[in-house]
Order: sequence, then structure tokens, then C-alpha cells
Amino acid sequence: MPETSFDVVVVGGGPGGYVAAIRAAQLGLKAAVVEREHLGGICLNWGCIPTKALLRASEIHHLLHNLDEFGFSVRDVSFDMARVVSRSRKVANQLSAGVAFLLKKNKVPVFDGHARLAGKTGDGPWTLEVEREGQAAAALSARHVILATGARARTLPGIEPDGKLVWTYKEAMVPEAMPKSVLVVGSGAIGMEFASFYSDMGADVTVVEILDRILPVEDEEISHLARTIFEKQGVKIHTLASVEGLKKGRNKVTATVAAKDEAFETTAERVILAVGIVGNVEDIGIEGTGVRVENSHVVVNQWLETDEPGVYAIGDLVGPPWLAHKAMHEGVVCVERIAGVGDVHPLDVSKVPSCTYCRPQIASVGLTEAAAKEQGHEVRIGRFPYLANGKALAMGEPEGLVKTVFDRHTGEFLGAHMIGAEVTELIQGFAIARGLEATEAELIETIFPHPTLSETMHESVLDAYERTIHF
Amino acid sequence: MPIKVRMPSLSPTMTEGAIIKWHKKEGDEVAAGDVLAEIETDKATMELEAVDEGRLARIVVPAETAAVPVNKVIAVLTQEGEDEAALEAALAEEAPGAPPTPAKPAPAPPSRPKAKPAPPPPRPAPAPSPAPAAVAPPPAPAPSARVAASPLARRMAAEAGLDLGLIRGSGPRGRVVKADVGQAIASGVAVAAPAAVAAPAAVEVPGSAPFVETRLSLMRKAIAERMTESKRAAPHFYLTIDCEVDALLEIRNEINSRSGDREEEGGGVKLSVNDFVIHAVALALKQVPAANVSWADGGLRRYQRADVAVAVAVPDGLVAPIIRDAGAKGLAVISSEMRDLAARAREGKLSPEEYQGGTFTVSNLGMYGIKEFAAILNPPQACILAVGRAEPRAVVKDGELAVANVMTCTLSIDHRAVDGAIGAEFLAAFRRFIEYPPTMLL
Repeated sequence: MPETSFDVVVVGGGPGGYVAAIRAAQLGLKAAVVEREHLGGICLNWGCIPTKALLRASEIHHLLHNLDEFGFSVRDVSFDMARVVSRSRKVANQLSAGVAFLLKKNKVPVFDGHARLAGKTGDGPWTLEVEREGQAAAALSARHVILATGARARTLPGIEPDGKLVWTYKEAMVPEAMPKSVLVVGSGAIGMEFASFYSDMGADVTVVEILDRILPVEDEEISHLARTIFEKQGVKIHTLASVEGLKKGRNKVTATVAAKDEAFETTAERVILAVGIVGNVEDIGIEGTGVRVENSHVVVNQWLETDEPGVYAIGDLVGPPWLAHKAMHEGVVCVERIAGVGDVHPLDVSKVPSCTYCRPQIASVGLTEAAAKEQGHEVRIGRFPYLANGKALAMGEPEGLVKTVFDRHTGEFLGAHMIGAEVTELIQGFAIARGLEATEAELIETIFPHPTLSETMHESVLDAYERTIHF
Repeated sequence: MPIKVRMPSLSPTMTEGAIIKWHKKEGDEVAAGDVLAEIETDKATMELEAVDEGRLARIVVPAETAAVPVNKVIAVLTQEGEDEAALEAALAEEAPGAPPTPAKPAPAPPSRPKAKPAPPPPRPAPAPSPAPAAVAPPPAPAPSARVAASPLARRMAAEAGLDLGLIRGSGPRGRVVKADVGQAIASGVAVAAPAAVAAPAAVEVPGSAPFVETRLSLMRKAIAERMTESKRAAPHFYLTIDCEVDALLEIRNEINSRSGDREEEGGGVKLSVNDFVIHAVALALKQVPAANVSWADGGLRRYQRADVAVAVAVPDGLVAPIIRDAGAKGLAVISSEMRDLAARAREGKLSPEEYQGGTFTVSNLGMYGIKEFAAILNPPQACILAVGRAEPRAVVKDGELAVANVMTCTLSIDHRAVDGAIGAEFLAAFRRFIEYPPTMLL
């Protein structure tokens, strides 16, 4: 008979959930995870990880077609989509097994099934019913329940995904064959990563975005530069435009697009819907409890507590930014708070870096220039282009920009916005600076290794103080 | 493994202590029980005894250092065969400003970052150079000790003229961060304190008498905090009663005059009026238990025993050691306990359990000739009795003017926990005992 009584039960085994459970175990709490599908959640199985595997393939594809520049001549380069996809799946599966191992190592049992809150007795622990294949599989009790059920793709009326011609991220990740053309609806991180993948793999890609620029949460300058680069790559981009309806053919879809002053039709073999996500708030037993839901997300305070004592929520379920590392950090904060650890601090969104793995990559942390001004900062702005960086040129990656934002008076390092090769790996340097509350002084004094792409970070800071050396 | 000696927590309210003096030098051999150092807490000066034996290899925090956080390593003992390297390794485990161990021992401690740099010795170090020449460097602050603060917080504090050391840090490990400085600026606290000067000279300010400003002792700070908090949080009201104490004084004289005789006849006992007061208070609390309470947020604590705290003036403050279960003890026991407690209180040698957790306080200024006064409650207790001098006064007895020894007592009461009628009942019971001490024997 497995143990069914816990200090903490985490509903959902995604990045937020499994990290919360492991941290709980480290702190000596008895923790368990309930997962209905696959450990690692969307991120690991249908999100961050498998798409990175695909994007690695498309990056190689791009490189193979530009080897001339490096002095190679290659002929007859081809790929097998099935094998590209199968590699991506293999990576995801390997990592999912890794999460299972980590939970086991930390003695965190995993219950397969769908969990629902099923009331509590007085001040006593919560009861959770776990259901598997329509059958009651287990009844768990826990003083603390962490909801980490994540989110799923948002759909729009009139363009519901059908899994065949109209895809969500999930189908887009496992294409059976390479479509000749793709229409991407929505230009956030997910949309632009798929746009980049299919474009680099040789498809004609069109992006439709309802706002006035792609990657609308990024700094405006970065958005505009990204657009220029994508358009140069052949991606068609329509902003201030929305898809009004779809006409499906046998192997193609014609979309009616309403733009600012015109309406037009565009046809593609596949449509990928990437218009945001909605929280998985349904059927988890929160009806009739104090847990509040607003705009499909569970409402929590800075300690991830819902309005119902003993019930917490983390990750995509509680709202943006929808990032795995934000969910993981929330899991840790939530559990440390439960365990009574003294030195716990609420998550500060302005210290959460965000990364988009399209080509060129995009990464940022902190305030955009516009947001900084909106908050009343007088700013100093630094910029440094990849074109002036030795390593970028040596790599054949001259397209890129590092923009930094400082408070003019205090020197507070407010934010950094990067586009270019490997910026997703570079941004952590700026994330540390944000976390430590660095000013321009510490960044200027930091020695960046030469020759690296990271020198662009240093130079951007120098530029903000009119001291740039190499530009 | 070298043994780390840490700043002990000598009371639940103690978060930091001052090292007054080291009794051992670096290199001295130390046996268990040896006095290592003198430590000043918010309540008393205490001796820190060695628990283990070894060689005092390193004094990490020098004498005359104030505000040393509880749990900070203050010295390291090495054992036979342990060399300098072992000592350095032990020190390296302690990051600067290592966090206090959580009060609740976590079964599995959170994983620590490995390979921490060795902390600099906590000698007053110059503040880290704030900025290169790109901007005008802010004037280097001269903090009394290194304060953990973010670069941004450091700069903001310097520009606002704030003393970082006075700002409570809310960042990781109590680090002062931007938000803390912002708050300090907004609330106007933490304006740079005058640096502690070796010999304070009188300051002359136009329009003011010359003055010398000294650093607050921990006790002074604690008194200030507790009294302010008490007056703010507890709605005080006061009941005053006159007690005729002729009978008491007579009995007291009789007992004390027998002293000097053999012990079994009560020799050596010198009862004070206050000893009677303590006993009478405890017995009255037994009769009126509703006065033996304290207000706890969300609840009322009813004490099952009368532990009477007695305010004792000590250099630079006061402390209130406790006679536990004072109703169950005889006057002689109360008297000798009180004498011992008061003497050690004045020497700053009380241990925390001797002054923490009383249920009622007596403050007696009779010996200073004070006729009557009203005291501030000693939180969390709900009552404090202010006792004046017993003196001959004109009273009316059976319609005639007469002379009686009268002692005026004023009870301060926390109205959240105790109402007027209860307080009056308590005072009436107290007066019965104090006016007719033989009833204390019943």
C-alpha cells in the first residue's frame, strides 16, 4: 500500500511542479506529484525542449546552405523530416525519464492520473482524488496542495485547430512531412520560433500579428530589427492584421486577413495558431473553494497563495510571463515559504530573463526603454551591434544588437535587450547583474573575455556612458 | 574539525550582541567551562563559556564590537593536530554575514553554494570603491562595520546621506537592496549617524546647551523599543489605592529584630516591605486570576501561576528578574531570592530565564521617597503595580483624625485584557493581604 498522506502534494509534473516537489523533499517535507500525462510537462515534452531540438536542425539546415561563405562546397544536402522529428522526440523522452529519476532520487512518489481537490475536514488536510482512465486510482491527503497544472494553447473563434491543417504548437512540432508553406498566427515567442524553423527548413512562411510589431513584449527597437532580419530571410510579416476566417481545402488553407486598410487572402498548406495560452483551471476541484480564477488564471499573492488556505498555484497557471524558469522559481519560493525557510523573497518579474530561440535569437531581462520611461525613469541607453564584434564576424553572425537601459540618476541597470547569435546564452550575465542590483559601475569594471560575443554586452554598457571603445 | 564559537542567542528577543571583552588571547589553551568572553545582550552582560576544549586559534570578532548578529562565528578553536589550513578551511565555510541557523531545524539543510570565498576579517574595512571615474564617485561612507548591500543600494544611500548600517535589509541574507533604501528615504529614517568617536566631545549647537551624544547600549535600545511598543499597543488605565501598613511594619520589625540569631529561628532574614508586596501580589492574583493574564493577538493568555517580576534599577537601565510562583514561596525564600537576583541584576549577570516570562510586574520606588506613580506595562503582561513609599499620614478612623502608615499603590492595566472591576477586585484582595499580613499565612 503506497503512502497517501503528505505534507505537500503538487498537481502537475511540469517544470514548476517537479521542481517544487524536489525542493520540498530537500527541505524534509513529505511530497508527492500527480501527473496526468508526462513528467516534465509541456515544456519538456511539447515545448521548450523538443522545439530547441528542431531549431537546432533548422539552424544546421541554414548553415549547410551557406557553407560557401566558409569555403566549403557541398552538394545534394537533404533531410528526412521523420528523422528530424524523431530526434526531437528522443531528446524529450530522455529528459522526461530524467525527471522521473530525479523525483525517485528525492523519494518523491509520482501518482499517474488526474487530481482534483476533494474538500478538507475542518482545519485538517486537503483530500485529493486521483483518477486514471475514468477510475478512482488513489485518494491523497496533504496539508499543502500546489496547483501546477500549466496552460494550453488559446484558440480563436473561426480558426479552431483541427490537428490536420490548422495546428497548435503540438502538431507543429511533429510534422509528418515538410509543408511547402505555413501561415503563423501570432508573433510571440512560440509563433516566431515556428516561423523561424519552417522558414529555415525551406517553407514559405507568413506571419500575421494583431499588434503593430512582432515579438510585442520585447523592446521596440529589437522588434523592428527582428522584423527586418526575418523579412530579409524571406518571411512575410503582416502586423496590425488579424485572421478573420479560414477556408480549408484538401491540403491547403486560405485565410482571410484583415489588415489596417485592406483585407486580403493568403493561402498556405498549414496554419499554426500561436495566439497565447489559457490556464488549465478546469476540473481540478477548485469550484466551491476560495480559489479565484481571473482570465483563465488562478489568482495568487506574492507567496503563490490562493485565497484558499493551504492551496497554492504556480507557473503558467497563475499568469505571465509564461516561462518554465519562472515556474521553477515560483515552485521554490512557494515551498520554502511553506517550510518556513527564513530567507525567502517573492519573485520579481523584472529579474526574469526571457528567451526566444528563433534565428536570430532574442533575449531580454528587465525593463524595455519604453517601460522604463513609463515608470518615470530618465534613462541612458547603450547600443552595440554585432557587426563591430570580432567573434560575431568570425562566426559569420554579423546581425545582432545589444541594447542596455540605465537610470540616468542612480545608474541602476534597468534592462537589457539582445538580438543575435547565442544571445539566449548571454542574457544570464545581465540577469545576474539585475539580480545583484548592479549599476553601470560594476558592469563597466567587469572584465569580459576576448574574443567573445559577450564583449558586445560590455560595449553596450560603455556606450550608454559614451565610453564605447570599439564602435 | 576546528570548532566554531558563535554569538549565542541568550534570549528569544536577542538578534545581536556586543562583545565587551575577550578573556582569552589567541593561542591560549581553553578548557570546557573556561570563560572566553563577555557578551552584552539587550538585557544583561553575560559570560560566554567554552563548551569544548582546544586552542583559541582565532578571534574573529575583536573585543568592543557591537551589533554582532546571533550565530555569527566569533572565534575558532582548533584541536590537537589541526593546523592553519584547517582553520582557514573552517573560516572559509562562513560566508560574510552567514545566515543564522533557522530556528526550526530543517531536517535536510538547503544545499549550500560550494566554494565560498574566505570572508575578509571583519575589521572595519574601507567601503568598496564605489565607481570608476565615469561618474563623480559618491563620498565614501565610513560604516562602523561592513554592511551587506547591493551596489545600487550603496550608491542610493550615499547620495541620500543615509547610513546603510541603520537600514534593515530585506534582500537575500538580509542584504540591503534598492527597495530598502527607497523606503528609508521615504520614511526619513537612517540619516547618517555620527560615527562612533573614541572620546565624545561636547557638541555645541546654537540655541542648545552643549551636549555629549553617546551610542545607545543594547539595553537602552530594548527599553526604548519595549516601552514605546507597550504604550502604543496597550490601552493603559490606572487604579490607585491606599494601603495602611502599620500591621505589616510591626510584623516586619518583629521578624527582622530576631535576625542575627540562629538560622533555625529565622536568623539572617531581613524582610523588606517589597518582599511582602511580592507575596501579597501573588496571593491576590490567585484570588483574582482574571488579573493574571496577558493579551496575545487573537487570544487571552490566563496564567496558571503567579510569576512576579520585580523591576530593579541597574546602571543605564532596568531589568525585572522574576520570583517564580511567588504565592507558593514563603517570605524568607522570596527575600533571599530577591536579594540574590537584584545583586546579580546590577552586575549584569542574570541568565535569560531569570528575567523572561513573568506574569505580573511590581515596580517599587518607595525607597526613593516617591509617594505614588503610574508605571508603563511590561509587555505582554496586563498589569503592573507601582508601589510608593509607606509613610505616616493623617487618616480618618472612626470619625477621628489619626496617624497611620500609608502606602499608595497604582495598578496600570491593559484594558484589552483586564477591565476596571477586575483590577479593583485585585487591588482589594491585595490590600487585604498587605494590611493584615497574617492572612498571607492562611
